[in-house]
Amino acid sequence: MGAVVDTLRLTAEEAKALLERGELSGAELREAYFEAIAERDGELHCFLRTVAEPDGEGVPIALKDVISTKGVETTAGSKILAGYVPPFDSTVAARVKAAGLPLLGKTNTDEFAMGSSTENSAWGPSRNPWDPNRVPGGSGGGSSAAVTAGMTPWALGSDTGGSIKQPSALCGNVGLRPTYGTVSRYGVVAFASSLDQVGPVAKTVRDAALLYSIIAGRDPCDSTTVELPEPVRLPEGDSLAGVRVGVPTELNEAEGIEPGVKEAVEQAIALAQGLGAEVGECSLPRAVRYGMPCYYLIAPAEASSNLARYDGVRYGPRVDGSSYQEMVDRTRDEGFGDEPKRRIMLGTYALSAGYYDAFYGQAQKVRTLLIQEHRDAFERFDLLVCPTSPTVAFRIGERAADPLAMYLSDVLTIPSCLAGLPGLSIPCGLSQGLPVGLQLIGPQFGENTLFRVGHALEHAIGFDTVPERWR
Amino acid sequence: MSWEPVVGLEIHVHLKTKTKMFCRCPVGFGAAPNTQTCPVCLAFPGALPVANRVAVEWTIQLGLALGCEIAEHAVFSRKNYFYYDNPKGYQISQYDLPLCTNGNVLVPGSDGDLEVGIVRAHLEEDAAKTVHVGGRAGRSQGADYSLVDFNRGGTPLVEIVTAPDIHSPDDAKRFLQLLRQAIVELGVSDAEMEKGTLRVDANVSVRPAGSDELRTRTEIKNMNSFNFIARGIEAEVERQIAVWESGGTVEPQTFDFEASSGTLTPRRAKEEADDYRYFPEPDLVPLEPARELVERLRAALPESPVTRIRRIESELDLERATVLVTGGLDALWSETVAAGADDVAAANVITNNLVGAGVDPGEVSPEELAKLVSARKSIPRPAFDEAVAKLGDPDFSADPYLAQEAVSDTAEPEPIVEAILSANADQVDAFRNGKHGLLGFFVGQVMKETQGKANPRIVSELVREKLSG
Amino acid sequence: MAISREEVLHVAKLARLALDEDELERLTAELDKILDAVGVVAELDLADVAPTPHPLDLIDVWAEDEPHESLPPEDVFANAPSEEARQFRVPAWEQ
Repeated sequence: MGAVVDTLRLTAEEAKALLERGELSGAELREAYFEAIAERDGELHCFLRTVAEPDGEGVPIALKDVISTKGVETTAGSKILAGYVPPFDSTVAARVKAAGLPLLGKTNTDEFAMGSSTENSAWGPSRNPWDPNRVPGGSGGGSSAAVTAGMTPWALGSDTGGSIKQPSALCGNVGLRPTYGTVSRYGVVAFASSLDQVGPVAKTVRDAALLYSIIAGRDPCDSTTVELPEPVRLPEGDSLAGVRVGVPTELNEAEGIEPGVKEAVEQAIALAQGLGAEVGECSLPRAVRYGMPCYYLIAPAEASSNLARYDGVRYGPRVDGSSYQEMVDRTRDEGFGDEPKRRIMLGTYALSAGYYDAFYGQAQKVRTLLIQEHRDAFERFDLLVCPTSPTVAFRIGERAADPLAMYLSDVLTIPSCLAGLPGLSIPCGLSQGLPVGLQLIGPQFGENTLFRVGHALEHAIGFDTVPERWR
Repeated sequence: MSWEPVVGLEIHVHLKTKTKMFCRCPVGFGAAPNTQTCPVCLAFPGALPVANRVAVEWTIQLGLALGCEIAEHAVFSRKNYFYYDNPKGYQISQYDLPLCTNGNVLVPGSDGDLEVGIVRAHLEEDAAKTVHVGGRAGRSQGADYSLVDFNRGGTPLVEIVTAPDIHSPDDAKRFLQLLRQAIVELGVSDAEMEKGTLRVDANVSVRPAGSDELRTRTEIKNMNSFNFIARGIEAEVERQIAVWESGGTVEPQTFDFEASSGTLTPRRAKEEADDYRYFPEPDLVPLEPARELVERLRAALPESPVTRIRRIESELDLERATVLVTGGLDALWSETVAAGADDVAAANVITNNLVGAGVDPGEVSPEELAKLVSARKSIPRPAFDEAVAKLGDPDFSADPYLAQEAVSDTAEPEPIVEAILSANADQVDAFRNGKHGLLGFFVGQVMKETQGKANPRIVSELVREKLSG
Repeated sequence: MAISREEVLHVAKLARLALDEDELERLTAELDKILDAVGVVAELDLADVAPTPHPLDLIDVWAEDEPHESLPPEDVFANAPSEEARQFRVPAWEQ
């Protein structure tokens, strides 16, 4: 017993092998991660809380704090849920538990998963392991930074408009946003019901695939889930012969994409060609111009309704009032931060009488167009590629004062989210010393294709997920 | 100027499924507060709804019984508003694509039938129950605080909306009686107003008789019996007529009907109309009931109350037919008539005597009832009443009571009783001095004289009567 | 102006958010900007396009009418801000 555990480098698959070979005990493995947390989380603030003695002898895991964990406080990054301890497990937490994975702790998130930098967390921002003065991305910055910083081998995040993919790009690791409906939302604090999906964050594509296979599949408690049409295949091999890779012009030429990002992505595409892929251009004509506006109508509208249950009646801190109305008004005003308030207001407006048709109604029609555009592209291609984020990690505070600028962080992840399609982000290089993410977008249920291509590219690229300052 | 009431009804039917509409908590009365709740009906973060298949099927059946078209594509929608009995901050209901639309119910009438259009019937969940503490008669007005019990929250409800085709309080009542009977016969609800499993609100306006304009309407709530509904409508119609006739305008308002005083209390006008911001429920998927399912359910419908009223009407009259059918008594009546009873007599006995005695029609043997009906004039009244009361007993037989048919008239035995008493003066004295056991002796003597044909009970009464003088 | 201060107040009321004067001013400016940006969806003529409420083509998902175990009282009230007689206590509705 007692192999030296380098948590910065150890993959979940390797950890699993060590456990199975008896070279390491479950307790020793957990201890290694708790030590890493003690060492680095003071700086990075990824964990909102850790679990003192987690159950399970498998590979430890961290869960984003929007994921309900029975008996463990779950705040969704918001004061309005401070102290809330769920009396039930979300389905994904239950499946992870059933697989024997011990819960290390809950990770930081933008409040109600609303944000692209984790700066909207009521508990303060998390920091990027590559440069602690920069954001780790959001909303799942806590999970992503924790993986890169070796504080957990893998984690679960949630993605609505890019909240798994974008932090993975900014932190230099692998994040999967699954096909809508393949992972249960039961027990996941709802942001936008037709967009939210839980997915894996890990160091390698194989790890992400393995974790996805543990959580995916129909849940009778979630009416919007389906069985996977085919089982998850752990990827192997380096050849991309026969794979048709589409490069959507609009997603690759969008305004705001940094030159360094563009270059790293182009190099990755060239590598794919070298591995045998057929690369061709395609068009998603409305994805960029109308994707973000469409998203910022649908998501806040659904959120405004999903957040109506936070009223101080059954859980969460209550601010008293002389009447029910006053109690609710005050509880919500004090409990919600600025971004949820903004989105609640936006969403309520978009649904309100006289505005529904022009805003929410119209956005749902735009969604139909975007679905069709993607479907057309997938007639000719097996997957589409583009940058995950237009920029590398920006400085903490840089965009916090300008909501619209913050929203633009998601311009490349949003369109496929609206279409319910899977997206995998893998690190493909550095720009200005910071990670660049390559986004692989698949057709519905196309995860196995994404894993296969991601895995082959991952090997070819050879990105070192350990931040330079820690090598 | 004569006026015509224009009334539409909004009816909520509580489905008696085993579990709630969107979670599998049990539905049932009398449980301790908040013991039939779960994360879903308590609206904990992350909870999600899952539709109750039986509730959907029953709603389709109910729609079919109301003559509705069943949607090929129906959608659940969120109705957004804040209230403490609405834990999600929205109610899952149906809005633009309900399960059932475009039906009608025929209400047979002596001066013409009334066709009441059913605009829609949709499926939704009920709110939780609230108790107000410190207010007037437990109402929320003036209350200090409120206590919420979520047991009821999430119960499946079908909301039925009629067209404004009802034109009198009495028509409203007759329509509701028919509707209720149809619902009960489907087995989908107990539909009892006193228990809250049937709730009715009325939308009322008036217009000059003969015109087809639609003037401003008001809403009346809190009426919990068919009689109160009729009275509430009547009171509001009167009020509105008075307003129009005095040159005023009826304002849109909501009233509570106070049964004890028969008055309408206006609810405080809200500052702004509710904007429910309906949108399709993203946590649920659309319903597309297969046409085979719809046809199977249609074929399984029991014969409608209206059809049966029509059939029985030709043998009786509309009023008796309606009472029988809306009381769920017509099956027994048909069988009793088939067993040889006179139709009018059977109807009267069933609706007056049987119902009055509280007998469960389901337990009654039509053959035995037929015998009693035929003998009703010839057996003594007390015997008849006793027999009727026991009709529900297992293995009831009418025969012992029919034996009393022999002499039911007091006129016949009376001279014989007088003769026996005169001939037994000593025993009469003894009886009057306390030997009441001698009653049997006197009755026996009379029975001997009449060769057993006299009615012993009548004789006994006569004897007692004469001896108490 | 895509949205006025009065409209913002009205929306805040619908959403039960008690905004103070600063918030009101700031939010009005922010929402105005955002609505301008998202309002571009109006450019498209989508009269003949059906809306998509769900990215998945699922229909008819339901469960059988069989009861599950309800939450025990400790779990129901563990997070309750105010409880009395096993019910959730709230201030009265202001008439």
